[in-house]
Order: sequence, then C-alpha cells, then structure tokens
Amino acid sequence: MTPELGHFALILALLVAASTGVLALWGAQKNRAPWIALAKPGALALALLVTFSYLCLTWAFTQNDFSVRYVAEQSNSLLPLVYRVAGVWGGHEGSLLLWLLMLTWWTLLVRLFSRALPETMRARVIGVLCLVAAGFLLFILCTSNPFLRLLPGVPEGRDLNPMLQDPGLVIHPPLLYMGYVGFSVAYAFAVAALMSGKLDAAWARWSRPWTMAAWVFLTLGIAMGSWWAYYELGWGGWWFWDPVENASFMPWLAGTALIHSLAVTEKRGGFKNWTVLLAVSTFSLSLLGTFLVRSGVLTSVHAFASDPSRGIFILAFLVVVIGASLALFVWRAPKVGLGGRFGLFSRESLLLTNNVLLVVATGTVLLGTLYPLIIDALAVGKISVGPPYFNAVFVPIMTPLLFLIGVGPFARWKQASIPEIARLLKWALAVAIIVAIALPFAYGDWTPFVGLGIFAAVWIVLTALLHLIRQARATQGSGSFIASILKQPRHFWGMHLAHIGVAVFVAGVTIVGGYEEEKDVKMAPGDSVSVAGNTFRFLGVRQVKGPNYLAWQGDVELSKNDRFQRRLLPEKRIYHSSAMPMTEAAIDAGILRDVYVSLGEPIDRAHPETEWAMRVYYKPLVDWIWGGCILMALGGLIAMLDRRYRIRRNNPKAVS
Amino acid sequence: MNNKFVWILVAFALLVALLAVGLTRDPREIPSPLIGKSAPEFSLPQLGKDATFAPADLRGKVWLLNVWASWCVSCREEHAELVKLASRNLLPIVGLNYKEVRGDAGLDSSKLTPDEEKQLATGRAQQWLAERGDPYTLSVLDLDGRVGIDYGVYGVPETFLIDKAGVIRFKQIGVITPEALEQKLLPLIAELNQ
Repeated sequence: MTPELGHFALILALLVAASTGVLALWGAQKNRAPWIALAKPGALALALLVTFSYLCLTWAFTQNDFSVRYVAEQSNSLLPLVYRVAGVWGGHEGSLLLWLLMLTWWTLLVRLFSRALPETMRARVIGVLCLVAAGFLLFILCTSNPFLRLLPGVPEGRDLNPMLQDPGLVIHPPLLYMGYVGFSVAYAFAVAALMSGKLDAAWARWSRPWTMAAWVFLTLGIAMGSWWAYYELGWGGWWFWDPVENASFMPWLAGTALIHSLAVTEKRGGFKNWTVLLAVSTFSLSLLGTFLVRSGVLTSVHAFASDPSRGIFILAFLVVVIGASLALFVWRAPKVGLGGRFGLFSRESLLLTNNVLLVVATGTVLLGTLYPLIIDALAVGKISVGPPYFNAVFVPIMTPLLFLIGVGPFARWKQASIPEIARLLKWALAVAIIVAIALPFAYGDWTPFVGLGIFAAVWIVLTALLHLIRQARATQGSGSFIASILKQPRHFWGMHLAHIGVAVFVAGVTIVGGYEEEKDVKMAPGDSVSVAGNTFRFLGVRQVKGPNYLAWQGDVELSKNDRFQRRLLPEKRIYHSSAMPMTEAAIDAGILRDVYVSLGEPIDRAHPETEWAMRVYYKPLVDWIWGGCILMALGGLIAMLDRRYRIRRNNPKAVS
Repeated sequence: MNNKFVWILVAFALLVALLAVGLTRDPREIPSPLIGKSAPEFSLPQLGKDATFAPADLRGKVWLLNVWASWCVSCREEHAELVKLASRNLLPIVGLNYKEVRGDAGLDSSKLTPDEEKQLATGRAQQWLAERGDPYTLSVLDLDGRVGIDYGVYGVPETFLIDKAGVIRFKQIGVITPEALEQKLLPLIAELNQ
C-alpha cells in the first residue's frame, strides 16, 4: 500500500508542478494577481508531496519490501539499515527521485527566503522551477518509476552493489545533487529576468547567494566523491577523468565562472548577457551530465543500466529546457544594454579573462567527454579519452588563471595601473619564485611541474595576505590594526579563503603528483617493505565476517625509523551477492602524508593464509587536495552570508 | 534576422544532433571476443539427471545457451519470453544455471559440502522451473561458475547463440527483450538453419 501512496503522491505532484508553473508564469506575464499568488502554496505543496513520496520509497527499503522491483534490485535483508536508507539513491530510479526531492526543496527555500523579491519576480522564479520539476516528474513516472511492483514478490533482494556499501554513498550523492540541482535556482533567476526584460544589478544581487550556495554544495560533493574513489577503489588515485566525474566538473567550472561574472554584473552592471548565458549554461551542463549518465551513451563506472526510452526522454527534455531558454536569450539579448566601460587593464578585464579561461576549460572537458561519442557517431571507430588528454590541455589553461588569482583583488574597477600592482606585488613574486625553486629539493628532484605548482600556491597565499594587510590599513582609521582586520566584510574573507583553498589544493596535487611512491610486492607473513622511510611488516591474514560479506583481513605493522607507528588492517571482501571481490584499503592519514596499503590477491588461491600480492603507497600532502576543496567551500559559505544579501525586513510590504 | 546571438542556437542544435545519434549507438557493444570462435567446451551435470552435457552433444544443430539462476531478478522477466520461444520448437535451448547457491546473497555457501550444495541447487532450480514453466531442453549446473568464466559471463542473464559447427554467433547481454528476439535472434536463427 505504501508504495502505491508514494506513486500517487508523485502523480499529484506532477499536476501541482505543471499547473503552478504554467499559471504563475502566465500570471506574471499578464499581471494577474490571483495566479501570481498561486506560486507560494504551489511550491509548498510540491515539496510536501515529493517529500512524502520519497519517504514512502525509503519506508519500502527499510521494511525490505521486495515486492517493489526497485527495492528487490537494490537492497537485501542483510544490508545494514543505514545502507538501506542510503540505498534509495543507489540506483537510477531512486537517484532521480532524490534529484527531484532536492529540486523541490530548493524551490521551497526560494519561496521562504525571497521576501525582498517583487511578487512577480518570485512567481516567475518559482514558476520556472516548477516546470523543471514537472519535466522530471514526467520522466520518473513514464520511464523510471521506482514504485513498480514485482509480482509475485521475491523472498530476497539482489543487494546493493558492494562498491556502494560505504559511508561515501551516504554523503556524496546528496551533496553533489544539492549542488547540481542548486544551479537550477540561478537558472530560474536568469530565465525570470529574461522574461521580465529586467536584467539589472538587483537581479545579480538576488542570484549571487543562491549561486554561491549551489557552488558550495557542488564543491563539497565533488571533493567527497574524489576522496571516496581514493580510499575505495584501492589504487590510490583521486581523479580519473571519468565521463561522470567530468559531468560534475563542467557545471563546477561554469559555476565558478558565473560567480565571478555575477560580481561584475552586480557591482558594475557589466557582462549582463554573458552572466545570463553562463547561468543558463551552468544548469544546462548539469542536465547534460544527467543525460550522459542516464542515457548510456557513454561508458563509465557510474553508469546505471541504460534504457533507450530514457535517453530519448532526457534528450527531449534537454531540447525543451535548454532550447527554450537559449531561444529566449537570443530573442532578448540584443536589447540588453552594455554595462559601464572599462579599461584594458582593470578588474573587469581580469574577471573577463578569468571567465574566458574557465569557459575554455569547460569546453575542453566537454570536448574530451563527448569525443568518443563524436567518433562513434561518425562511425570512424571506438575510442576512449583518458587522463593524458585532459592533463595536457588542462594544466596550460589553469596556470594563467592561478597567476591571475593573485593579481585580481588588487586591480581597481574601470582602470587599474600595471606599474602600481607590480610595485605592490614584486616581493610576493620574488618570494614565490624562491620557494618554488628551493622547496622541491626538500622532497626530491626539482621538476618544472612541481616548481610551477609550488609557485602558484605560494603566490596565491602571499598575495591574499598582502591584500588583507593592505585592506586593513586602508580602513583602519583610528582603531587598532587587528580590529580592522577582523572588521573586514564577509565577502572579502570568503573570497580570500576560497582562493587560499585553491592554493592548498594546487600544493596537494603538485606534491602528490611529483613525489608519491608506490610498490607492488609479493609478501609472505613476516616480510617487510619500505617506501619513503615507512616500513610495512606483513604479519599475515585472518578471516573476518561482516554482516553481508566475508573478508580476508591483512595485519600490517607500520613503523618509521624502527619505531612502531600503528597497525593497518586492509581487507579483501567477498560480498555474498557479488562475485567480484572488493578491496578495502587501510590508510594512515596525516597532514603531511598518507600511507596506504591494499591487499591484492593471494598468490596461491588454495592457500590464502600464506603469500599475498600487496600494494603500498606513500602519498605526500594528498589530503591537501580535499582540504583545499573544503576551504573553497567554506570561503563560498562565508561570502554567501555577507550582510548585503540579508533579507531587508523593513521593506514596506506590498499592498495587495 | 540580424541577431549575432543566433550562433548559440546553432551550436546547441548541433550538440543535440550529436547526442541523438549517440543514443542509437551502444558504447558497451564491444563485440564479445567469443563471437566467431568455437563455444568453449565443458562437461557439466544435468539438472535432476545423472547424465552430463557437453556442447559437442549438439553439434550439427543451432542452439541457445541461456545463463540463468533462481536468484536473478531480471531472469523472471526474461523467462516468459523464453517459454514462448520454446513453445515454437525452433531450436534447443540449454539452460546454464549459474552459481545457484554461491550467487545468492541470502545464502552462506561456505559451510556446505559439495554434495549439499548440489542438492540445494537442484531443489531450488527445479522448484523455480516448476513454478514458471521449463523452456529448457535441458539445464546444467555450473555451481562454482567456472564455465561462466570461460564464457565471459559477467552478469545474469546472458544468452549465446551457437551454430551447427559449434561456433558462437551472437551474444545477448542482459534480458532477451521481445525486440532483441524479433530483430536479432530470430532472423539470425533462420539464417543459420538454412
């Protein structure tokens, strides 16, 4: 009964979403107050219905209702409760429902935190979001209904893919989806502004905190996914340029560009068309990512079982959503005025360069991701595009961007002076170069790649500190210097924290890329192996039993300079439901380095208690990669909470 | 119309066209290396009989080898299709029952003796066929999945079409859908039977 209620709630939600969307938009266009007023209750009803439906599916999972086909495919009675709850989004149907759930929550948040918005603008934003939700509801109901029954039911479910049975599943998809879906708000604001024809600084100001919020979630979601892959896949990589990773990275790059271009639109009234196009593109890239993952046009570790009817539906959906908004843009854009003029070297021109570089980077990722598809479509062959392409094109594009992070904050709006900035930053430049030359020798050989990365990281941190000192002096007045530092606005702190996050990330990528060490060894109980001064002594394996798996657990003693550090317990798990063994690496994480052990295969299958193939890694600064992402997200969060985005409650209320 | 932004729509249309063509192709359709090769030999006990079966026994006939298990949820969907196909008496269908006990998430096979495992597997498989109809000319038990490895089975169900000379001509990964049956399997069977 519960699954049918969930199904029914989805059908009702479709009706609510479609009618609210159409009436609110039409009402805003024709200025009909009663229709405009529908937007608020509509958003609430939609969120409640979808949440109810989602809870129904979760209930079916927790109750092990294997007469529901999706539950039978994704769950198992032996599965621990937390994975039954998270297993809801472990497959195609449920993850779409999660996507939709988040969309309706974002819509509800817009309804709750938009008191400063004119009534018609709010109705338009909510209307656009409702129409997007209606499209997704139609998609779920027509092609991917998670509530379909399997009659007769089965006594036992197939079980969740063992690779997903990890805390990463609980955290990564919701964060990522919050980010993906969150860009729909920026998109809805852009479309609403295009419809009204009012692309102004107020529109940019409204969009900024929402865009920032989505970006924060996406940053954390991607970082979490990267960390999960690092410890779960058992071979120590943190980014694979897999199509699905790229699908999340493209909106991130475009979203980063959008955040910067919104600054120009808000402060200077410039880049309006560009900003709108970026807002539309960012969400379009999220949708494109969904298409690439769900339609099965590309192969990926993330791909769910594909179904051609789903692909056709999403493609049609893409055409409607993206095509309509692009057409609206093309129609309206020529009438939008240009913003204030700016000099060849100014904060505007630097931000424009930032945007061009980020968009080019997005384009190269898109090209690399779609290239196998292009080749296949032209019937020239079948290829896959891997890290060599992406690394080769990505590093040269990102390097000037990293340099500009240091310069940008010092440049004035309209017209900046190169000699003045050069004078301010020459010492930072000198120190960064010296550190870039000297520091790598502490780790080993000097290579151009490492030198460049260290230079960029030091440069960004130094310039951020210089800017902080300079800004504090400028606004010091009669108070103390420290007090002045603390009084700097949040958007200022947020910006520098995020930029320092980039520096930390770059330092991590550089050092781990340049100096990681790994060894593949055959080890019998009692054998030792050393990497970078860390000695691993293999004591043997034993069998341990988990709730739904059996595992060989290795016992490895880690010591450094003959001093015992700790025991590491890597596992090789055989889940009852899967023929494929799972590797659980054991990691000793630290600020300056990780050491990482994973069990390969027993050398002699008949005697697994003897020799094993093992991999040991030494990964300096690897945690800085995710630490940098967390700093970026924190910076975004602080910037988002800046005073000027607060709701102005003392606004006179609209008289109805 | 003199609108410098129109190129955006053109670019988008091109992207959509590309994606639409992409939809008609299957990136996973990397032809199985077994196609065009002789079906790997094996000899396995038949379900519920004391005899064994080897692919050589069907030399001179076109036949299907269908990989199934009672724990496989998609197999239920496929089963009805197979029963229909079997009633047309077009060709022998051999069932390869794959890891009946070891593949089941709910069972712990580590404590079973080989005999107990075989007995349990036979019971479960026979019950399943009794409930849903038996489309198979015969079924064999691949308890430890070793034959599955030879055939490159990585999921259940999978189906192989083998010709008179014992050569694998087609492999269906996943469920045999009515479309796959009508458009691919049946024409190929007719062609091979000529």
